[in-house]
Amino acid sequence: MSYTLIGKHEKDSRANRDGYVSAMLEMMETNKDLIHIDCDLMGCINTGKLLKAFPGQTFNAGIAEQNAMGVAAGMAATGLDVFIHSFGCFAARRMFDQAFLAAGYSKLPVHVIGSDPGVCAAFNGATHMPFEDCALYMSVPESVVIDSCDYAQTYALTKKLAKVPGLSYMRLIRKGFTTVYADGSDFEIGKGVTLRDGTDVTIIASGILVDEALKAEEQLAAKGVSARVIDMHTWKPLDAELILKAAKETGAIVTAENHQVSCGLGSAVSNVLTDQCLVPLERIGIQEQFGQVGPQDYLMEQYHLLAADIVAAAEKAIARKEK
Amino acid sequence: MNKQKLHDLRVFAAEIRLETLKIIGSRGFGHVGGSMSMADAMAVLYGDVMNIDPKNPRWEDRDWFVLSKGHGGPVMYATLGLKGYYPMESAYTLNQPGTDFPSHTDRRKTVGVDLTTGSLGQGMSEAVGAALGSKVKGRTNHVFVAVGDGECDEGEVWEAAQFAAHYKLDNLVCLVDNNKRQLDGAVADVMSHGKGIGAKFDAFGWHVIDVQDGNDVEQISDAIAEAYTVKGQPTCLILNTVKGKGATFAEPSGAHSSQPTKEQWDEAIAASEAQLAAIRAEQ
Repeated sequence: MSYTLIGKHEKDSRANRDGYVSAMLEMMETNKDLIHIDCDLMGCINTGKLLKAFPGQTFNAGIAEQNAMGVAAGMAATGLDVFIHSFGCFAARRMFDQAFLAAGYSKLPVHVIGSDPGVCAAFNGATHMPFEDCALYMSVPESVVIDSCDYAQTYALTKKLAKVPGLSYMRLIRKGFTTVYADGSDFEIGKGVTLRDGTDVTIIASGILVDEALKAEEQLAAKGVSARVIDMHTWKPLDAELILKAAKETGAIVTAENHQVSCGLGSAVSNVLTDQCLVPLERIGIQEQFGQVGPQDYLMEQYHLLAADIVAAAEKAIARKEK
Repeated sequence: MNKQKLHDLRVFAAEIRLETLKIIGSRGFGHVGGSMSMADAMAVLYGDVMNIDPKNPRWEDRDWFVLSKGHGGPVMYATLGLKGYYPMESAYTLNQPGTDFPSHTDRRKTVGVDLTTGSLGQGMSEAVGAALGSKVKGRTNHVFVAVGDGECDEGEVWEAAQFAAHYKLDNLVCLVDNNKRQLDGAVADVMSHGKGIGAKFDAFGWHVIDVQDGNDVEQISDAIAEAYTVKGQPTCLILNTVKGKGATFAEPSGAHSSQPTKEQWDEAIAASEAQLAAIRAEQ
């Protein structure tokens, strides 16, 4: 694992989805067993490029997600390595029974890409806004669940997912978003990344909240508070070792996610702390609410997913430490 | 088909029926109805049509069979046991704690089971995936999938049907076990199928063969031979079967699952043994 942090809060000129597409194009060139299945959303995630370059390895299943997942599992059983994409809402809720049994329980290599997680669904609104997609996939025994934060990470983790022998799920924003890492950065599934060191509190974030966490660290530093920032791109298997180290060394934790806190990153971190090292924990994320329509920045404000919210949560967590 | 082959398949079907009863009888209850209706199709597939190697169950170039109506597990366990995938007796542990022979077919548990089923409709999609995957891999094998007529209530069956026709999967053969009963009663009463399941497959772009007696090994064999000549589209066999066929306590009622008394089991197994002996003696 070697990475270069940029973290200047500047938007990437490239669409995040192209991190996935670029990695797939490179892998399909040499790996003829690599398959991509889409559900009439190729135009949205730019996988038309895969269909054009590798028509024998790319299939459109139409607007029929349940069947698409069953087909993915059947293809995987013949010795193929299958990626399948839909919007996060359909990739989780609509095809879950098939994902659970045909792929997960059957121990077949099926890798699910759920695009536009949580508030990233923006103008598609409440019906398309999955705040529970990771929860569903985390409930499958032995699954891998990832919340990717930018182009470079999506690219690197797509390549890692291709080697996972069972069911995996990666959610990613489709459009251009803030650059966190430089191209060429590498990541390990199940290993969190400590982006900033600190001693007073640890912010554990993923996906679009990583950049907010970095901003929060800067705002806290200006107030004389030393915050550690961890990018926990893999929610499962969770890097419990890194969480416990942070809990012991900083004594307070804040989690930040674009997902229901009751069944996502915050709850997963809470499980680790409850079992092994109780410290104050504050959780930024969706608090038992449904989605709604609107611009992404408006929604981040509505659901309190901004750096200022993380700063407030960090101060609260620090105040709760035993004196 | 020559007379000897026909005789052998009828004997094999009778053996499958007897073993299916013994397997379910070992636990005392189970899905007798939809297992027994499939015995003749299983005999044709595993006794003649399919290119398989029981010593090498995951042989890459094998033909695949997916029991999408997964609750028919016992008829598959009987068939695979008779073919030598495992000692027959091991299947008599059906649904006992720790068994490798659960109610519904499971690729993780049972040698010779290609795909896991049990959530109805899924097996159809999985089989379609196996057929497409086989083509991607450049193989020339066939994939067979058995769905129930009740199972055809599931929307996923029809999503899979449209996908298979769109991708011209002529290496796929679907057998509909049209036994006209589902758990809550007659298919016609619980959820009817409009112009018929065959008409639906036809409308979805499949080649459809109506097998008038789906419990007749010769008619099933002829239909599969026809399916092998069809290019550019998948084939569907509508097997008009009798639910519980050959089980004395189940056939009259067409029950979906049964829990008969010890005496009824003894009577059914004795009748099945007599039936097997009679068929063997026919030659």
